[in-house]
Amino acid sequence: MGASQTRSEHKYQDLMDKTGFSVEQIKNLHKRFEQLSGNEETISRENLENIPALANNPIRRQIIGAFFDKRNQHQNEVGSFEEIGFEQFLMVMSHFRPPTLKTTEEERETMRKEKLRFLFNMHDTDNDGTITLEEYRKAVEELLSKSGAIGQEGAKAIADAAMLEVASTNVPHMAPDDFYEGITFEHFEQILKGLEMESRMHIRFLDVDTTTMRCGRSTS
Amino acid sequence: MDVTIVPPIKPDDSPQAYPDTEKANLPVFTMNYPRIQIPFEITLWVLLASFAKIGFHVYHKITIWVPESCLLISIGLIVGGIMHSVHEEPPAALSSNVFFLYMLPPIVLDSGYFMPTRPFFENIGTVLWFAVVGTLWNSIGIGMSLFAICQIEAFGVQDINLQENLLFATIISAVDPVAVLSVFEDVSVNEQLYIVVFGECLFNDAVTVVLYNMFNFVAEMPVVEPVDVFLGVARFFVVGLGGMGFGILFGFVAAFTTRFTSKVREIEPLFIFMYSYLAYLVAELFAISSIMAIVTCALTMKYYVEENVSQRSCTTIRHVVKMLGSISETLIFFFLGVVTVTTEHEWNWGYILFTLLFAFVWRGLGVLVLTQIINPFRTIPFNLKDQFGLAYGGLRGAISFALAFTLPENITRSIRPLIELINVRRTNRNLDTINVEIHCRLMEHTIAGIEDLCGQWSHFYWKDKFMKFNNRILRRILIRDSRAESSIVALYKKLELQNAMEILDQVSGDISAAPSIVSLYEEKKTSAKPKKKFMAADLRNMHDILSKNMYKIRQRTVAYTRKNALPNDSQTREILIRRHASIRRSLRPGSFQTAAVPRSHKYFSLPAGKSLDSKFPPQRLSYTGKPLKPPHLSLSRFKVRNTLFHTVFNIAYSVIKHFEFKVNLLAFSTAFDHISLPFSMSGTCSGVYLHIVPDLH
Repeated sequence: MGASQTRSEHKYQDLMDKTGFSVEQIKNLHKRFEQLSGNEETISRENLENIPALANNPIRRQIIGAFFDKRNQHQNEVGSFEEIGFEQFLMVMSHFRPPTLKTTEEERETMRKEKLRFLFNMHDTDNDGTITLEEYRKAVEELLSKSGAIGQEGAKAIADAAMLEVASTNVPHMAPDDFYEGITFEHFEQILKGLEMESRMHIRFLDVDTTTMRCGRSTS
Repeated sequence: MDVTIVPPIKPDDSPQAYPDTEKANLPVFTMNYPRIQIPFEITLWVLLASFAKIGFHVYHKITIWVPESCLLISIGLIVGGIMHSVHEEPPAALSSNVFFLYMLPPIVLDSGYFMPTRPFFENIGTVLWFAVVGTLWNSIGIGMSLFAICQIEAFGVQDINLQENLLFATIISAVDPVAVLSVFEDVSVNEQLYIVVFGECLFNDAVTVVLYNMFNFVAEMPVVEPVDVFLGVARFFVVGLGGMGFGILFGFVAAFTTRFTSKVREIEPLFIFMYSYLAYLVAELFAISSIMAIVTCALTMKYYVEENVSQRSCTTIRHVVKMLGSISETLIFFFLGVVTVTTEHEWNWGYILFTLLFAFVWRGLGVLVLTQIINPFRTIPFNLKDQFGLAYGGLRGAISFALAFTLPENITRSIRPLIELINVRRTNRNLDTINVEIHCRLMEHTIAGIEDLCGQWSHFYWKDKFMKFNNRILRRILIRDSRAESSIVALYKKLELQNAMEILDQVSGDISAAPSIVSLYEEKKTSAKPKKKFMAADLRNMHDILSKNMYKIRQRTVAYTRKNALPNDSQTREILIRRHASIRRSLRPGSFQTAAVPRSHKYFSLPAGKSLDSKFPPQRLSYTGKPLKPPHLSLSRFKVRNTLFHTVFNIAYSVIKHFEFKVNLLAFSTAFDHISLPFSMSGTCSGVYLHIVPDLH
């Protein structure tokens, strides 16, 4: 018992350092990884798309895409993976860790930047560093796709209005002939300044294994 | 013999032409005071109190140094003094029934109706924890310590027994919601803190009811058995859950009723008030927590009702709720002042000081211990500064008294500098912008999605489930036109409408110069058709768009603004002004890289030679990233005084009146059985309550 304990800790040690999860959390997530991948080493997009609970989520494509996005791996690469391993899975999950009592101010700042970066990457699909109007429109369309009869034009109008807001708040003195190219990461940060991302965008990763607690539930 | 009947002969010594002093004549001018006495006096009192309120704002500087409630109380004192010197009795109208049945419900309805629901439900565990366990801890702790103090002969208060001490402690330990709201709302302390204290005040009503009844009951028995403790706990659940149950029931019934009121728009607001009042009364009938009933009713009802009723009714409801709450509060303070002077007091410095000391100590300890226990269960734990805020915010009643009476004037500044000093985490109030709304939704969906991915549940999961249930079942039943509408869309529509109104307002007559919002939609409508001037067709288009966008627009409730006026639009207005300017400025050809943005029609509609900027100088504020302060906040900054002085007389009163307890205890206990005691509104209630109780018998 003792030997296997230390061995698994060793295995997960560098994962813990990279992502900041605790051993129990990593173990739980590993179990989930295996469930999703069907006990394989890697997960592909189909595995994730088959999760029934995600079917009602309006932005599932973007969420799934985020897992395969190399930019979320913090290694300054671009492009996307075909399949991801457990380490990449964890890296993406680590964006959603909540701050604890011990998190210092700078760590909070970095956390906030990371989370904002995650959202930014979700929008910026062509990876040019800015969210253009087209990209924003697409995002708003997807977001509103499940809710009522707003239609494409309405979504476009809303996206336009949102872009205008960003433009007017970030570039208040635009000359008559300028046009606003797109939302850069700094502008993005600026408009979402008041949201306290680090406290709101998080998931409670459980230390306890809940898979056994849900009786009768197969992999979902 | 004939009997002749002779008609009566009028005495002819009195002239008929002029009225006689002996006859009853047609009065030209009469007075009948007793008939109208009661409504007349009520109206006069209300008017007098409201005049006082107006008067304070006439001379603005007063409200900086002294909070409004204190001024009201002092005016009441003056009036009471006058009445006392004339040996007139204070209005007997202020009896316990009047207070609990007529004055308290509007205030609670006001708080409940404008409560921010989302943060509330996210923190419900913490709220309940603090409300239940915290109140228990505080009341028992303070009661015991005070009882211990009473045993010391030096203070001369041995005659107060344990039960009375406990009762008193129950009152003192409750949190005053009004004070809390004033403080925290003004300082924009982080949302978590705010909602926990606020929720705590509303919910410890249930606890105090049970505690009070329990202490009363227990006092009469020689021996306390475990059965009784168990029954007490059971009673707590009955009281709390029963209150909530009734509230939800009435809320649903109200929502259902409004589904059918489309033909009787004028009386729509009536239903809201009747149903919530009914909830309150029915809860009182069963001696369960009526405050919880009315709050839950308002919470449940609001969401569905606001979708069913017309825009006008919606505004009316909000306005009336605020108005009633404000009137009630004004009246209560006023009467407190009046009644203070006209009755006898007893004062005991030692007792009072110890009360405060213990309140302070136990509250602080309580918050520390409870937070330690619950922090592991919270995703965002409370740090030490938050805990201080919690403790301090909950102490308003006791501290205010101390500060008012025993400390020099300048220390009673307020909680604000203290909070700034210790740098409690503050929230930037969310601006009502589309971007923020979009990204909030995005974030929530992302988190829900990732949670599904991880297979781990948290409150987002439950929220998601509830929303699905809501959309599929509840909305179908309760809402007339149950198409789901995203909040993003609702917000957008609202902003667009206001933008359009803004434009029309600015122009006011000279429509030909108005930049047309048509231009935003023209892309898909027509190709670039240069127009020489603003034609009727444009007007028609504008009307079209306005009417399209006006469908089911609802104002979003501004979060936690109980104390200020109705949700005011100055924030959105500023954003709209900016947007307006930016529409003019940035809708140029080639902007946004879209293919065919026609030359904006609006430029053609200007008088030749002028630029837009000369016609409409931008009125923007520079956006530097600081949170915009709506105008009303600068006034409420000084309402912070409320927190200290607000409950001054109330708590002082409760202390004073405590001594009458022992005289009237027997009579009280019978009266108490009939009334449930919402001690949680201690700031306003306890003082009044404790005053009026002596009058009961």
